Amino acid sequence: MALLEVRSVSKRFGGVQALKQVTFSVERGQIVGLIGPNGAGKTSFFNCVTGLVPIDEGQILFDDGSETLNGLPAHRVLEKGVARTFQNLRIFRNMTVLENVAVGFHARTRSGLWDAFARTPFFREEEKHIRQKSLEFLKFIGLEGLDGEVAGNLSYGSQKRVEIARALASDPKLLLLDEPVAGMNPSEKEELSSLVRRIRERGVAVLLIEHDMRVVMPLSEKVVVMDEGMMIAEGPPQKIKNDARVVRAYLGEA
Amino acid sequence: MRLSYSRQVPLFLLPFALIPLVDQNTYHLDVLTSVGIYVLLAMGLNVAVGLTGLLNLGYAAFFGIGAYAYALANLHWGWPFWMGLPLAGLVSMLFGFLIGMPSIRVRGDYLAITTLGFGEITRIAFNNLDAWTGGPNGLLGIARPVFFGYKFSVNPTPYFYLVLVLIALTAFLLFRLCDSKIGRALVAIREDELAASCMGVPALHVKLVAFGISSFIAGIAGAVFASKQTIVTPDSFDFVLSVLLLAMVVLGGMGNIWGAALGALALGVLPELLRGFATYRMLIFGGLMILMMIFRPQGLLGKKEAASGTS
Repeated sequence: MALLEVRSVSKRFGGVQALKQVTFSVERGQIVGLIGPNGAGKTSFFNCVTGLVPIDEGQILFDDGSETLNGLPAHRVLEKGVARTFQNLRIFRNMTVLENVAVGFHARTRSGLWDAFARTPFFREEEKHIRQKSLEFLKFIGLEGLDGEVAGNLSYGSQKRVEIARALASDPKLLLLDEPVAGMNPSEKEELSSLVRRIRERGVAVLLIEHDMRVVMPLSEKVVVMDEGMMIAEGPPQKIKNDARVVRAYLGEA
Repeated sequence: MRLSYSRQVPLFLLPFALIPLVDQNTYHLDVLTSVGIYVLLAMGLNVAVGLTGLLNLGYAAFFGIGAYAYALANLHWGWPFWMGLPLAGLVSMLFGFLIGMPSIRVRGDYLAITTLGFGEITRIAFNNLDAWTGGPNGLLGIARPVFFGYKFSVNPTPYFYLVLVLIALTAFLLFRLCDSKIGRALVAIREDELAASCMGVPALHVKLVAFGISSFIAGIAGAVFASKQTIVTPDSFDFVLSVLLLAMVVLGGMGNIWGAALGALALGVLPELLRGFATYRMLIFGGLMILMMIFRPQGLLGKKEAASGTS
């Protein structure tokens, strides 16, 4: 069984069939690219997996089928080990970079309200741990020394990195990246690609939506192609490049 | 080096503790004590509105519930002030949960309307449940506190110190709250609720906690108010008070604990200072507020919003 197993997932928004019988899987430690023209349903799919949108049909299984993700609210999906970033940045703009990352630890720490009021030794220990780990993650994504900055004042590229660090803080088994290199210049894209590889080296599987083929093809071990809510192809990048249906979806009929 | 909040609290509040030693004017102390109750309320409202982004337009109702809770416990069961104080907080918090549970699911404007409605319903209930609340005449003869044999009286000085201690305690605990996992979760929800829940913050639960803390503080303030006035009437807890408290939080700077206190101090003291202008005082007061919002929209102590819209 796989880390993430998606079985015939369908979702309809009014008259629009956003997802139609989507079925594929992500193995542990694998990087999978999810591509397709605009409006193909890629982000809708992310929203379904992360519990923001309920699915109409199908099953989303996690951790060798031991967990069912469909039907869980967003914060419970994260607890199971699925973290994500957003296509349009959704960092906490008026919080510091460090605080942004610290929020990622919410599901992984246990101190409550009374611990905070009483400053129990347990609370102090946990806060110290959060701080240390957050700083480590900032170093990992290359934003060392910016921990005290207000996140909203960072450059666009740096904000995208903060979002990734925040997601990693929740210790995910699977990371969903929604267009991580959109709006970046070639050298930033290169850096982000290597960051994704380093994330995989930590044992985290990555499922990424990306339009830039020069980024997604060398990065992914497997590519899933969607068009109009349907999966039209799945396989290693080399095979996908030459798939007639994929070419048609992107370029239209000749 | 930033001053730690455990130092800030005594540093900012000690000067106030000296006021009764310098100025024995009963009227001044009485005004300052009332302003102190506003400070407590503004700090409490700030937890919901400023930190978590839950717009509560009926906050005066929670203040009223606390006041009536102590008044009733005192008049019917003879509960002394020190038992009535936590009771008032808890009863108010309970109502906070009751009104919060259904309405916290709705966002922004809807929550504002729900709380606005709750505020009005509460005031009307106080007015019409004559058998319990005494109707428009209110409840009379509420006991003043007795502190280790010392009986509080019409003299405002002991009330002044009581309120000051409560402010110090509230500020201290709120600073501890802000500097914690829950505090970060509150602000994260204000900043982006969807992203917060995707990062593992159980948004409904955490918002309910914020609402509960906020109404608890209002209840505490209510009990102090009831014991100071020795009478509670429904018209002390009207919509105008809710709006005034909101104005204090906004003026001070949303989400800033000292800001809320400073906003309450400013809006509480200004009308008294402007008494010399007689009829025009509310006009001047309003004008100052408008100028303030034009030239410093983030409030007295508020941080400037991070530049918005990068994508």
